[in-house]
Parts: sequence; C-alpha cells; structure tokens
Amino acid sequence: MLVKRDTKALTNLYLIEIVKGLWITMKNMFFGKNVTIQYPEQRREYSDRYRGMHYIKATNGVENCTACMLCPTVCPAECIHIEAGERPDKEKYPVKFEIDVLRCCFCGMCEEACPKDAIKLSSIYEMSTEKREVYDKDFLLEQRGHK
Amino acid sequence: MDTVGLAILGGQIALIVVMLLQVVPLMVWVERRGSAWLQNRSGPNRMGPFGLLQSLVDAVKMMTKEDRSMAHTNAFYYKLAPLISLVPAFMTFAVIPFASQITLDDGRVVQFQIADLNVGLLYILSIASLGVYGIIMGGWASNNKYSMLGSLRSTSQMISYELSMGLSIIGLIMCFSSIKLGDIARIQGETLLQLGPIAIPKWGIFVQPLGFIIFLTAAFAETNRLPFDLPEGESEIVAGYHLEYYSMMFGVFMMAEYINMTVASAFVSTLYFGGWQMLPGMHWALTHSGLDGMAFEWARVALEAVSFTLKVAFFMWFFVWVRWTIPRFRYDQLMDLGWKVMIPLSMANILITGVLIYYKVL
Repeated sequence: MLVKRDTKALTNLYLIEIVKGLWITMKNMFFGKNVTIQYPEQRREYSDRYRGMHYIKATNGVENCTACMLCPTVCPAECIHIEAGERPDKEKYPVKFEIDVLRCCFCGMCEEACPKDAIKLSSIYEMSTEKREVYDKDFLLEQRGHK
Repeated sequence: MDTVGLAILGGQIALIVVMLLQVVPLMVWVERRGSAWLQNRSGPNRMGPFGLLQSLVDAVKMMTKEDRSMAHTNAFYYKLAPLISLVPAFMTFAVIPFASQITLDDGRVVQFQIADLNVGLLYILSIASLGVYGIIMGGWASNNKYSMLGSLRSTSQMISYELSMGLSIIGLIMCFSSIKLGDIARIQGETLLQLGPIAIPKWGIFVQPLGFIIFLTAAFAETNRLPFDLPEGESEIVAGYHLEYYSMMFGVFMMAEYINMTVASAFVSTLYFGGWQMLPGMHWALTHSGLDGMAFEWARVALEAVSFTLKVAFFMWFFVWVRWTIPRFRYDQLMDLGWKVMIPLSMANILITGVLIYYKVL
C-alpha cells in the first residue's frame, strides 16, 4: 500500500537532500577512518575469555584428564566421547578422547564442569578445515592456549 | 577522401575504440576502490599497485569460465543480446568531438571528431536508445521471470526518461541554434558575461542550469545506474536482465554499462561543460608558454584533449559517487519523478528559454 508521508515540498524535490548526501559520503572519503582491518596481517583483539578451539591441558607431558565423564555428561551437544582406561599405577585416564567439533556449540560448559582443569577452550578462532573433523586425543593434547 | 585522410580517420577510430575498451577495467577498479573509500573501507588492494591489476584478474576469471549452454534459453537471442547492448555504446562516441581542429603544414584541416554529422545530437539520442534492445532480448531469451521483469522495467524506464532527456536538450538547441556537436562545442567558447577580469564562458550549464539538472538525471536513468538501476534491482529481482548470464557474456553486459557511462559523461561535458573548451587557467598557461607555430597548435590540441578527458573523468567519478550515496527509487517513485516532475520541468525550461531568447537575454 502506498503510504502518504507528510514531507516538505523541498524534501520532495530531492535535489538538496542529494547534495547533502553527496557531501556526507565525500566527508567520509577524505576524513573517515577505515572501519575494516587488513585481515591476515592485522588481527582483531579478542577477550581472554573467548571460547575457541579445544585442547586438553597437560602437566609434565601427562594430560590432566582423569576420565571422570563430567564433561560428556554436561555437554548439551553431546559431542564429547571418552573411553576410560587404567594406568599401571591404577590411575584412571582417557584411552580415547574425541570431540566432534561439528556438533560442538562452544558453550564452554565442559570447561566449567571439569574438576581437574583439563579441558579448555583456547582463543584460536581459525578452525576451518577441508574435511569434517573429529578432534582426537593427540590433536587435543597440543598445548595451544594460555589458560 | 584520399589515403592520408582515411589513415587519419582510421587512427582516430582505433584510438577511440581502444580508449573506450581501456576505460572499462579502469572504471571497474575506480568503482570498487571508490565505493570502498566512500564507505570507510579499503577495497581490493592485493593485486598489483593499489589493486590496479584486480580488473585484469577478474577478466581472466570471466574468460576462462566454462561456457555452458542452458536448455531453457533461446540460444540465438541469448547470445546476441550482450553484443546488441555493447555495439551501440561504441557507436555513439563517433560524433563526440574530443578536441578542436588543427591545420597541418600542407593545408589539411584535421578534425578531432570521427564524424561531424549535422544531426549529431539526434544521432546520439537514437543510437543510445538502441542499447535497450540488448536488455530486452537478454531478459526475454533468458526465459526467467526475474529477467523478464527486469527487462520490462528497463523498457518503461527508458521510454519515460528519454522524453524528458529529449525535451531538456531542446532548450540548449534553442540557445546554440545548432545540433552539430562540433558547433555546440565551439559556440560554448564565447563569453557570456564579463565580470571584471573573470570571463564566464557560454557553457551550457550557465545558460541552461535547469536543463542541465534534468539532462543529468535522465542520463543516470538511461545508463541504468543508481538511483535508477531498477532493471537490476538486486534486492527485488535478484539481478534482473542479466540474471542468467555468466562468464564473458555477463562481462560484455558490464562493459556495455561502463561504456554507456563514458558516453553519457562525454555527452554531458560536450553539451553543458564546453566539451573540448579549455579549463580555466589553461589558456593563460598556453599563451605564456613561449611556444609558437605548429608546436603551439599541437600544444593547444593536447590541452583541449586533456580538458575534455578531465571533464569526462569528473562525470565518471560523479556516476560512481552518486551510486554509493543514494538508495534506489521505488518503482512508482521512479515513474512519478519521470512523468510528473521531469517532463513538466523540461517543458517549463523550454518556455523560459523561449521567453529569454525573445527578450534577447540569451
């Protein structure tokens, strides 16, 4: 439906409004600061609490995880699969630790639930791959975060 | 015409065609970088210095794309359409003078215009409106409803704005008493007003300010540029008439658009900004340069060509500038503006011009 608007006749002439608009764009061209960044060279600063790619924290080369199953329990996307095993010193550890990252919603609940400070979300956000990836234990044990 | 004359003519034609072809990649770059600057971005800056080679890479991409033939299109008209919109764009430039004349040593007068037709203005108007056939054919042969809508829009828009374009020029013809573009450019060198040391030349914009605004607006509509790009209307009809086109056939439509822009800019500068008449200051520089004889004449021609190029370049930039400033009209607003505002205004312009000429003001 055509809505009649109560505009001034001078506005309806467009000319003055167009000149105003042209002045605004010209001002932006000469005095405006770029709002974009040159991505691969410059990067945006993200918060330390940014939830990016997962990793499992290790102490002296041994993972902190004790396969207590709290993270797969709390995970709303059900993307963590752990198979527990036993070390010779009777300590429990994850034989398999897989994260189906395609299902992960990066809520960070696993990080909150973990009593051993093992599973972590790093601040890495460039996660594109050429195939549908399931992060396995070797991959997750790379210490890629600072948390 | 003898052999030397033909050779000069051939050289000029080659120059014009090559220049027009070179304008396209340059304008694509200007459009992309310019839009980026106007919107506080950087634009393509990776290929070559300042991203200048970006258009070259785009062209290579377009030409190496697979040329599939689609079953639902009418193959003959589908392939003919881009050419039909491209060729008239080149043809119109034939009557536009890009410098005045020069008398060579052997008495030969060389015009810097391919053909000074005595119907120059009408020729441009008629050939420029041929370009719409390419759009109609493209839209129809694509056998797609969006394309069809785009070409229908284009047709009615062209018809509506051609009227006001033609009417706005009439005032100019009344002032200059000629429709030869060479004459029009020459007459604009005369002085209109002498304000102390500053002489205001008889440029079209000073004798026909209202006509200039109407003509410029109509030129935007005729070249299908924003704010009048309803035939494309990405947000409503996807891409309009060139929706089903790809690879170099789409590239040819793009070329036609940019060459049409060049021709429109050249047309506006010839009619309203003195064509090859030198910009302020150039005449002073020329007379104080100490050149004489043939060197002076050639310097004059070079300065005239530079002035013409600068004027055209300004209007090309203006096209880009307006495109990234003003949003698209709604279709009924477009028709309202065309029929209820522009045509009465251009009629009034004719009337005012007639009265002023009768009382010997112009």
